[in-house]
Amino acid sequence: MSNVLEVKDLEITFDTYAGKVKAIRGVSFDLKKGETLAIVGESGSGKSVTTRSIMRLLSQNANVENGEILFNGEDLIKKSEKEMQGIRGKEIAMIFQDPMTSLNPTMTIGKQISEPIRLHQKLSKDDARKRALELLNLVGLPDAERRMKQYPHQFSGGQRQRIVIAIALACNPEVLIADEPTTALDVTIQAQILDLMKELQKKIATSIIFITHDLGVVANVADRVAVMYAGKIVEIGTVDEIFYNPQHPYTWGLISSMPTLEITETLYAIPGTPPDLLDPPKGDAFAPRNAFAMKIDTELEPPYFKVSETHLASTWLLHPDAPAVEPPPEIKARQKIYEEKFAPKYAKTQVKGGVN
Amino acid sequence: MKSYAKFLGKRVLYMLLTLFLIASITFFLMKLLPGTPYSNQDKLSEEQIYIMNEQYGLNEPVPVQYLVYIGGLLQGDLGVSFQFSNTPVTKLLSTRIGPSLQLGIQAVALGTILGIVLGVIAAMYQNTWIDTLATFSAILGRSIPNFVIAVLLQLIFGVYLQWFPIALWDGGFSSSVLPTLALAISPLADSARFIRTEMVDVLSSDYVELARAKGLSRWTVAFKHGVRNALIPLVTILGPMAVGLMTGSMVVENIYAIPGIGEQFVKSIMTNDYPTIMGVTILYSAMLVFIILVVDILYGVIDPRIRVSTEGGDK
Repeated sequence: MSNVLEVKDLEITFDTYAGKVKAIRGVSFDLKKGETLAIVGESGSGKSVTTRSIMRLLSQNANVENGEILFNGEDLIKKSEKEMQGIRGKEIAMIFQDPMTSLNPTMTIGKQISEPIRLHQKLSKDDARKRALELLNLVGLPDAERRMKQYPHQFSGGQRQRIVIAIALACNPEVLIADEPTTALDVTIQAQILDLMKELQKKIATSIIFITHDLGVVANVADRVAVMYAGKIVEIGTVDEIFYNPQHPYTWGLISSMPTLEITETLYAIPGTPPDLLDPPKGDAFAPRNAFAMKIDTELEPPYFKVSETHLASTWLLHPDAPAVEPPPEIKARQKIYEEKFAPKYAKTQVKGGVN
Repeated sequence: MKSYAKFLGKRVLYMLLTLFLIASITFFLMKLLPGTPYSNQDKLSEEQIYIMNEQYGLNEPVPVQYLVYIGGLLQGDLGVSFQFSNTPVTKLLSTRIGPSLQLGIQAVALGTILGIVLGVIAAMYQNTWIDTLATFSAILGRSIPNFVIAVLLQLIFGVYLQWFPIALWDGGFSSSVLPTLALAISPLADSARFIRTEMVDVLSSDYVELARAKGLSRWTVAFKHGVRNALIPLVTILGPMAVGLMTGSMVVENIYAIPGIGEQFVKSIMTNDYPTIMGVTILYSAMLVFIILVVDILYGVIDPRIRVSTEGGDK
């Protein structure tokens, strides 16, 4: 499969009164045609900044210090604002977190959906309206004809998110960035929206970057998962690999803190707080919170070790000289399932030591 | 639509009630003013004053005078001016409201439109020198009294450049330019400040980001999505500001020798010209309550959420 999007060594800083905040510290990943890549991580880990930089919608105090974002081979960072306007909404579209605030309260939804269509496809007002109607039917909003003339406050949260999705899909984008699209919705509506997104992805064959901090959602939608911590991707792999064969202690922590039906004791929480990115720690940023940290973790940043063809993790534990550690029981149980169920599916490069 | 008519009807009823209360309170307050209509007429004898009081009904007890006045008011009769050669107050007002109204409307229109543009520009260039300059000018415009600006404009455009008459009112456009400018400064400054603050909020809102994500340029987003949402608080201050300007800024009218209402109001108070005081007050109040109604309707036009709540739900 070919890559639609390739992010390479992206580094982004923000100028603040306190100094330069190093929000993204060398992020690389690619997005293949038709796949869904989930980016997970806690608040402030740089998930949203990464996607905003793809859209080139970063705030004015942001600087791209290094790296490139190749979209079909062309570097988006080098594009002019004018060129970006031709890409946004047409080739790369975005769904936002809070449907309650992401629609203009003083404009009818028909007009808001027609807007990108008229802008990019140069359709007449009438044709754009027809297309908007089609889109509303596509996202499953009943009585679309009448509802086109209504304003956002006349819709529920779930309906509004459907409208936001309709806007994003208006021009059949190649890449769809969904920034926590279900976080602000209640659980039943979340499920509906996720189903809708999966169904639509099949229909229009778009690639999706799905940002979330909800691992349950990830398991549901993603093909591959990137785990972010303190402005870096610490582990990336297929959804099976991340859920059943995680290698990075941070991923272990994330998965252990996920509520499950079997849980009998107090839910696990990763101790401590994320580092201050004004002055990121030397070595592995997760080391201070990591029960498995070694001396080298506080001195040198770990490179990416190759677990399989599709699975990379940035932890010294994968180094050939590292002592064998016992992962938490929850993780061990999962790795057992992995051995039985999934391992044959993936390339047998299951050896420690391969540096990418 | 039916419920909308009902809403309007109710509002008009409240308006009339408000006016009635204002008229009544003003009437009694006015009677508390020291002096009489003849205070500065030493040459009148006791007898002459008695005869004149009799003629104007001023010898009656105050409650009776009140009932007589309200009776006249209900028939659209505002009485006869004591001061301006027995002219009916309605006629006095109607000949003088024109210039005040014209200048007021011109000043509000010019001021708010320029103010909105300036405010949007300031917000778009937030925290740059352009923003600082715009904000500084707005504060300057707000703090310099309009009569100072009026005189400066006379000096520059009337005396030095001689583009416009210094102080003349012929109802034509050129004679209205300088007073309009002088009056427009304060609504301009006010709306610029309001719009800037609101726009800064609006520009960082989620729907503006979504509009940008559609591929619209920053300025298109600002004007198509931003301004309308930023207008709502401005409309609130616009109403009273407009009334203040339309009913005439007394000093500016004096400076430019404009035969407006402001000048007359001052004179009528100085001379205890009861019917004129009442007339001008009622006119001011009528305009104020009318504009408040217009503002309420405007809210609905600008913000559909408010429209629905006044119509009693989406059904």
